[in-house]
Amino acid sequence: MAIVTASKKACSVNPLKMSQPIGGSFAFMGLRGAMPLLHGSQGCTSFGLTLFVRHFKEAVPMQTTAMSEVATVLGGYENVEQAILNIYNRTKPEIIGINSTGVTETKGDDVEGFIRLIRQKHPHLEKFPLVYVSTPDFKDAFQDGWEKTVARMVEVLVDPVEAGAARDLARVNVLPGCHLTPGDLDELRTIFEDFGLKPSFLPDLAGSLDGHIPDEFTPTTIGGIGVDEIASMGQAAWTIAIGAQMKRAAEAMQERTGVPFRLFERLCGLIPNDEFIAFLSEISGRPVPLKYRRQRGQLADAMLDTHFHIGGRKLAIGAEPDLLFDLSSMLYEMGAEVAAAVTTTTSPVLERVKAQEVLIGDLEDLEDLAKARDCDLLITHSHGRQAASRLKIPFYRAGFPMFDRLGAGHQLSVGYRGTRDLVFDLANLVIGDREANHQPTPDTWRTTDSGLQVVPPQLH
Amino acid sequence: MSSLSATIQDVFNEPGCGKNANKTEAERKKGCTKQLQPGGAAGGCAFDGAKIALQPFTDVAHLVHGPIACEGNSWDNRGSASSGSDLWRRSFTTDMNETDIVFGGEKRLYKAIREVIEKYDPPAIFVYQTCVPAMIGDDINAVCKAAATKFGKPVIPVNSPGFVGPKNLGNKLAGEALLEHVIGTEEPDYTTPYDINIIGEYNLSGEFWQVKPLLDELGIRILSCISGDGKYRELAYSHRAKAAMMVCSKAMINVARKMEERYGIPFFEGSFYGIQDSSDSLREIARMLIERGAPAELMERTEAVIAREEAKAWAAIERFKPRFKDKKVLLITGGVKSWSVVAALQEAGLEIVGTSVKKSTKEDKERIKELMGQDAHMIEDMTPREMYKMLKDAKADIMLSGGKSQFVALKAAMPWLDINQERCHGYMGYIGMVKLMEEIEKALYNPMWAQLRKPAPWDDAGVNWQAKAMAQMDAQAAEIAADPVRAEEVRRAKKICFCKTVDLGTIEDAIAAHGLATVDGVKEHTNASGGCGACKGRIEDILVAQPAPVLQAAE
Ligand code: SF4
Repeated sequence: MAIVTASKKACSVNPLKMSQPIGGSFAFMGLRGAMPLLHGSQGCTSFGLTLFVRHFKEAVPMQTTAMSEVATVLGGYENVEQAILNIYNRTKPEIIGINSTGVTETKGDDVEGFIRLIRQKHPHLEKFPLVYVSTPDFKDAFQDGWEKTVARMVEVLVDPVEAGAARDLARVNVLPGCHLTPGDLDELRTIFEDFGLKPSFLPDLAGSLDGHIPDEFTPTTIGGIGVDEIASMGQAAWTIAIGAQMKRAAEAMQERTGVPFRLFERLCGLIPNDEFIAFLSEISGRPVPLKYRRQRGQLADAMLDTHFHIGGRKLAIGAEPDLLFDLSSMLYEMGAEVAAAVTTTTSPVLERVKAQEVLIGDLEDLEDLAKARDCDLLITHSHGRQAASRLKIPFYRAGFPMFDRLGAGHQLSVGYRGTRDLVFDLANLVIGDREANHQPTPDTWRTTDSGLQVVPPQLH
Repeated sequence: MSSLSATIQDVFNEPGCGKNANKTEAERKKGCTKQLQPGGAAGGCAFDGAKIALQPFTDVAHLVHGPIACEGNSWDNRGSASSGSDLWRRSFTTDMNETDIVFGGEKRLYKAIREVIEKYDPPAIFVYQTCVPAMIGDDINAVCKAAATKFGKPVIPVNSPGFVGPKNLGNKLAGEALLEHVIGTEEPDYTTPYDINIIGEYNLSGEFWQVKPLLDELGIRILSCISGDGKYRELAYSHRAKAAMMVCSKAMINVARKMEERYGIPFFEGSFYGIQDSSDSLREIARMLIERGAPAELMERTEAVIAREEAKAWAAIERFKPRFKDKKVLLITGGVKSWSVVAALQEAGLEIVGTSVKKSTKEDKERIKELMGQDAHMIEDMTPREMYKMLKDAKADIMLSGGKSQFVALKAAMPWLDINQERCHGYMGYIGMVKLMEEIEKALYNPMWAQLRKPAPWDDAGVNWQAKAMAQMDAQAAEIAADPVRAEEVRRAKKICFCKTVDLGTIEDAIAAHGLATVDGVKEHTNASGGCGACKGRIEDILVAQPAPVLQAAE
């Protein structure tokens, strides 16, 4: 059991955390024809947008209500109204997803009230899908923004279902956490389809931010799940939530439609995937396809090959709770020691992280802990690059944002195959580091004057 | 807040700004900030602008007072380079929580300053104000003052909450903070007749180092660079420079002008992009220094260096000429910087299309600069599909633009090169120009393009999305042309003033209704050209195009 503590510092140094409104906008990006809209000043959107563009290297839709200093004092009704009308007229979206920010929450704008008024004043918007989520910057983190926003999508967009209504037994709702990449979603889709299941992903970033070349230039999202498909999610036989953050949305779905859910907190590692595949076999009534039997064998073999390098490594990891829990558990199960764990926000999974302690803190904390505890493998997002170069230990980038390497959207960690590739990547990183920085020399094992001390080689 | 609004007002009154000089008193009050359109706005906030301008000071701790959004979402995102400290790349923020919002964040800020000093002991701390603490009334000036006294270290308040305006306002507010709190507070160990300041240069991708060796060779000392690879102490004694060069447009004109006013440091506006501009700038630096007392022989040495570097650069560019023969470049950018590279591109044999660039005499360049100033607005307003059509129609071989339009070019399988901010190569000075040619050549001749343009085996050539997009555009155009009512609608809907969103129809109606004959008249009635003023030329054209009888009929 890990003890969860929060940093007491007044000054956060090298933040690990990003704000929750952009986590909310990120969720809206997985909807078709969507325009995520931040109710705040222009800068808040601009920073978020830049972050997404640098991560995905794609054009990303995101708008702002452009609150000026005066508007923040008077209240933002007019800005919200104008923004919705402008977006509606200019970009013809299928849905507008609104998240509040620190600026508008400090004043306490009643955006739900605004929306009711806007619908009254503009009858053509009466039925138009508008989803609003309160996500002040001064609370919680990116992952929380995603969690709240997806839960709200379910509450607003999914049609309620009569008890006892017929269900489509092949249909499953998949609620992925924000720690999964578009590549992960594609991998999962293939797995579901191989069991003859028809998955609806909410949200579906694979359709919108997977870097494909669109047939059309549109100012809103391309691909993603459509509002119509979301509305009918109540007809599915099962909801599968991935990551503890998605429990809230899964519960909302169950409450609204009666669709039962199963939560998979992890999909990286051998055992979690055994459970996942067994469950799919059970609900689909189909035997496990040969392909996955072979992939399981490949993963087992990969674990054998890589445990020499991963076993005994002292891991320093900084990530949002679900990603932290998933990756650190997998590495623990490969013999690594989770020596330093830093995260951004509270979560029920944190106390089950296989470490002495999990700190809600920043990358300075992670760097200090990694140094103090002699860690020799660092996993965090791209903002860890400065720490990595000072610590001089192998650095694997995981999570959002990843702006200084390419292919962020396609990095895999789910499934037998995703886990297999991940352990190979990590082991190769360790091997490369050893070759570059820890070659033995004639003096490596020489006994020093005291006769007792040896300089241990860095061979693991 | 009142002192902040006074500062903002002062910035708006900037006489060094050409645009301002042409404005009336009332207009100036309103400032350069165009009213942002909710749901249709893009661009960073004033805080962003302030941070861009000051963060390249490398040995300073930059502490952002606000909730996590402002700093957590944006840190370590600029490509400035440092020759020394890496402190500037670390991120410091108070990460305000709900309790701070309720009870005020001043205590947390004070403690944060103490923590930073205890742990990192920087020569100075810059404290940036953001929207939320500004709203709840946190007085960062008072906190900074108290902390500075207590810890015996400069703690500089940068009052630039995002919601007061856009990035360029933030640049200037940052400059004001330097003028008020830093510049002139220390003295250099010694001075020389060769001391200059460089103002508004951020050393992105380390590109200023493409030029600095030449200055070093000439014995010209950069007393302070504001702010690329700059150090706090140098900034504090920068008032002892003999002359200054202001680069990068008008971002920090207030700093240059006020330093001239207060300390008698003359400045000129120059650029190190492009061969000609580099030579002009070197000459101007030498001339100013000589005027301020440096020996006249400096000019001879400068001319010798210029002659040598130009010869080298042109010789290097020569080899690209056959490769660039008949190749067309589409330049899409409003950035002033890019205009100084036009000459070199043409010299290397590239044809510039998509704009009215024909010759590159100085006057032409000025005119184009103005023209593109307007186009920059238009391009922001263009849909990606329209932009794609522009690429096709221009029959360009490569597009040079800022980051914004890259997706269109890349998706269209069109070679593209970033010539604005976030690129990874430096293109400054003589060396930089040759580097630019190299990059263009690499992009143009990459064999990948031919593969990407081929249709997938299951697609017929001609029904790929590119073809479809073009067909759609053409169909739309044909449809509009066939329907005179729609055609007129579309014609009248053409946006003329982008700042105030005024379309052609509105302007024509106003002209007809009130018998207007001047741009000012149009502005009075429609608000067009009430923003940046770049659409004046277009309005003049409309006025000329109005048939005289219409005017009379309206009288
Ligand atoms: S607009 Fe205000 S709250 Fe938003 S990022 Fe800029 S300073 Fe921060």
